[in-house]
Amino acid sequence: MTAFLTIIIVLFVAVAIWQMVKIFDLAQVNTDESNTGVATDYDNKINAYLMIGFLIFIYVITIVCFVKWGDLPLMSNSASAHGPEIDNLMIISMVIIFIVQTITQFLLHYFAFKYRGEKGKKALFYADNNTLEAIWTIIPVIVLAGLIIYGLFTWTSIMNINEDDDPMVIELYAQQFNWKARYSGQDNVLGMANVRLIDLDRANILGLDEADPNAQDDVITTELHLVVGRPVHFKMRSQDVLHSAYMPHFRAQMNCVPGMVTEFGFTPTVTTEQMRATPEMVEKVQRINKIRVEKSEALVAKGESALDTYTFDYLLLCNKICGKSHYNMQMKIIVETQEEFDAWMKEQKEFKNSLN
Amino acid sequence: MSTHADTHAHDDDHGHHHKETFVTKYIFSQDHKMIAKQYLITGTIMGVIGVIMSLMFRMQIAWPEEPNVIFEALLGKWAPDGVMDADIYLALVTIHGTIMVFFVLTAGLSGTFSNLLIPLQIGARDMASGFLNMVSYWLFFLSSVIMVISLFVEAGPAAAGWTIYPPLSALPMAQGGSGMGMTLWLVSMAIFIASSLLGSLNYIVTVINLRTKGMSMTRLPLTIWAFFITAVIGVISFPVLLSAALLLIMDRSFGTSFFLSDIFIQGEVLHYQGGSPVLFEHLFWFLGHPEVYIVILPAMGLVSEIMASNSRKPIFGYRAMIASILAIAFLSTIVWGHHMFISGMNPFLGSVFTFTTLLIAIPSAVKAFNWITTIWKGNLQLNPAMLFSIGFVSTFITGGLTGIILGDSALDINVHDTYFVIAHFHLVMGISALYGMFAGIYHWYPKMFGRMLNKNLGYLHFWVTAVCAYGVFFPMHFIGMAGLPRRYYTNSNFPLFDDLANVNVIITIFALVGGVFQLVYLYNFFSSMFFGKKTVQNPWKSTTLEWTAPVKHIHGNWEGEIPHVYRWSYDYSKPGYEEDFVPQNVPLREGEEELQH
Repeated sequence: MTAFLTIIIVLFVAVAIWQMVKIFDLAQVNTDESNTGVATDYDNKINAYLMIGFLIFIYVITIVCFVKWGDLPLMSNSASAHGPEIDNLMIISMVIIFIVQTITQFLLHYFAFKYRGEKGKKALFYADNNTLEAIWTIIPVIVLAGLIIYGLFTWTSIMNINEDDDPMVIELYAQQFNWKARYSGQDNVLGMANVRLIDLDRANILGLDEADPNAQDDVITTELHLVVGRPVHFKMRSQDVLHSAYMPHFRAQMNCVPGMVTEFGFTPTVTTEQMRATPEMVEKVQRINKIRVEKSEALVAKGESALDTYTFDYLLLCNKICGKSHYNMQMKIIVETQEEFDAWMKEQKEFKNSLN
Repeated sequence: MSTHADTHAHDDDHGHHHKETFVTKYIFSQDHKMIAKQYLITGTIMGVIGVIMSLMFRMQIAWPEEPNVIFEALLGKWAPDGVMDADIYLALVTIHGTIMVFFVLTAGLSGTFSNLLIPLQIGARDMASGFLNMVSYWLFFLSSVIMVISLFVEAGPAAAGWTIYPPLSALPMAQGGSGMGMTLWLVSMAIFIASSLLGSLNYIVTVINLRTKGMSMTRLPLTIWAFFITAVIGVISFPVLLSAALLLIMDRSFGTSFFLSDIFIQGEVLHYQGGSPVLFEHLFWFLGHPEVYIVILPAMGLVSEIMASNSRKPIFGYRAMIASILAIAFLSTIVWGHHMFISGMNPFLGSVFTFTTLLIAIPSAVKAFNWITTIWKGNLQLNPAMLFSIGFVSTFITGGLTGIILGDSALDINVHDTYFVIAHFHLVMGISALYGMFAGIYHWYPKMFGRMLNKNLGYLHFWVTAVCAYGVFFPMHFIGMAGLPRRYYTNSNFPLFDDLANVNVIITIFALVGGVFQLVYLYNFFSSMFFGKKTVQNPWKSTTLEWTAPVKHIHGNWEGEIPHVYRWSYDYSKPGYEEDFVPQNVPLREGEEELQH
């Protein structure tokens, strides 16, 4: 209903303004000059001032967005070893963008204001200046060269999975519309698997090769538990369509592609408990819960059940359109100490014991 | 120069007027001016459909799962009790993207202005082949009709995203829209590509062969350069999409495995083996990325022309503008991989694409600075077309700058497929290209219809659109950086994103206001056709050849001989002349230097 009312209001406002313009038109009808459809000095002046107004609008919306929503970005609280590298590069890029944006928008709108047309004025015939053009070719070249080099070093160090650190090998398995994690067990080697081996009757849901010795101690779970400080080597698979394993807090994302195994590696550095206790997160959770309380009141008034109180958890989201329930394809990620992890792992069933 | 002989041979063809019936004049017309108008009106209708779709899914995002009478009215069975269905949400997103990118900003923009301006600005009687031109339009019309028909398919229209990545788009059991809806999508696109290729070949041949006497390549207006290079990119890249579409059709209908392998869906293993969805991504983006330049280059050309004319100043750095168009065109064909950094493609390849992608920023920066310098010390006539051109430069800069984040593979990891991407490409190629198109319409409307658009409605249209465009897309950067994925039917399953809900409401309100105010433009456009003020021959006092042609449209463009060209198209405010513009067909005075840069 809100939406409908909004549209009605917008429509009325539009019609009102439209009628005002028509009145404005009719009022001008006798002056020959304004009736040709070509801008007059008066139009130039009005629009020139509006240009300055618009410049201010751009600046204001920029400042408002940064002040109001600038803390929404997950910039300050990455939870992986490589996270700060990405964040630093992001901040440097943002600063460059901010400077260029502020200056160029100023020049554009200010010139549009200052050099507004007047009858009898003549523009400067100025067609070329090689020095100027060389300057604004070379400056972007230098800035971009810096960004490219910095970016490529960061990219290479992130994408290069170092096997010497003895990473824990985990498979992320995607299907419409949920995630599974497969731990490689004591041997830290994943058993062979293919969707052709899926046997739902035997509960072999990921298609593991039952004859493969490496598969016997694999553990399949619906929550992703990681050990703080221990590098992880993810191997991604999908059984049906493209999915994308997006773990925003860890600055990690990789598509899951049917028919191939994709990889990504990172080291979680902040446990779930620690993250919940950071001041930024405490504040964010409070803010969210305030919103949820307000929503709940409205729901309860309508006779529906209230929303749960939110507690922070890391999440794995699907970030590649995958069908109807794409919007709800998630898995909880828990980062914990080695002891907690071991205790949790003990409760899980190994593959060989999980078959029917 | 053989050009001249050709032109004259052509003269004889069209020198006399033959009788035309209603059908040959308005429907199966071979006159480029009429075909341009046909493209524009078809594009406008498709644009209205595309925009209404976007407003509907924006309302769903702002007020998720709330009943809405508009949904009930427009979506019928897809909105039981007025609540939008999740499948149709994806379909709306998909068809919105398809329509806006291909039907509005490719055919609507290039089709309209390449057809209108190429013959008129180079001094030709018509396109090289009027017949192919007509076929090109009618194929476009057919593909539009098929695309619209696909909206009414029982299981829903295509809903796999405008990028139609398989396997989602290949398997009807993965998604309702991947059945008949996707078949029609593919058929429609195949026909669209045929139309686009016929059009592009015609543009290329016309520009190369039919320039009037004296119209050397370095005297061409930048519009023509932009249309010409756009057509070249189209010819290079569209066939690759056609092959991707054909292979996808084979996978869907004939059981081949080009893009599919090892699939287990709904309890059964499918026979596909050995294909790769990543291959499809490569083929798709080999067109898909040049496509965004197919959209933006014509807009750049129109804006360059309009800025020079309304600044009463030569375009600054004419040769640098041409060079940057060429550089952008070349680079655009070797950057497609930046859409695939995290597709599972080899990371080293990602490095290469980061390098080539960020290089594009250089010619783009040159263009932006040259536009700004063009208005410096001008005598700016702030007509609606000029406002849209300035708006174009503004959104092109704002949207373009975030490209250095998305083009950087390391940064792309965390913002890939989030609202940050939506914000980026809507500003840099969606809104910008739309502004370019509006600028072109306001500027050349008198040429097309012989009447002026109402300028006050034009001002109203521009300012509301300008504010709303920023209001919609600027905040999107921030929810994107907060990790909100695109193409989510609702975000309410993620309490993590609850504090973004109010941002989404603000965005939707701006979208609704902006969308509704396009009615002002539509009213202006259609009513001015009949009631607009009659135009004079050269209302904007421009130098290019189209304004030397009579207001009344005649088949063959000029009564009598085609004008000859003696100078470049940017002699505005040239010292030594009383008037502040010297048309291209005015001979150089004795001792006058042709200041051609």
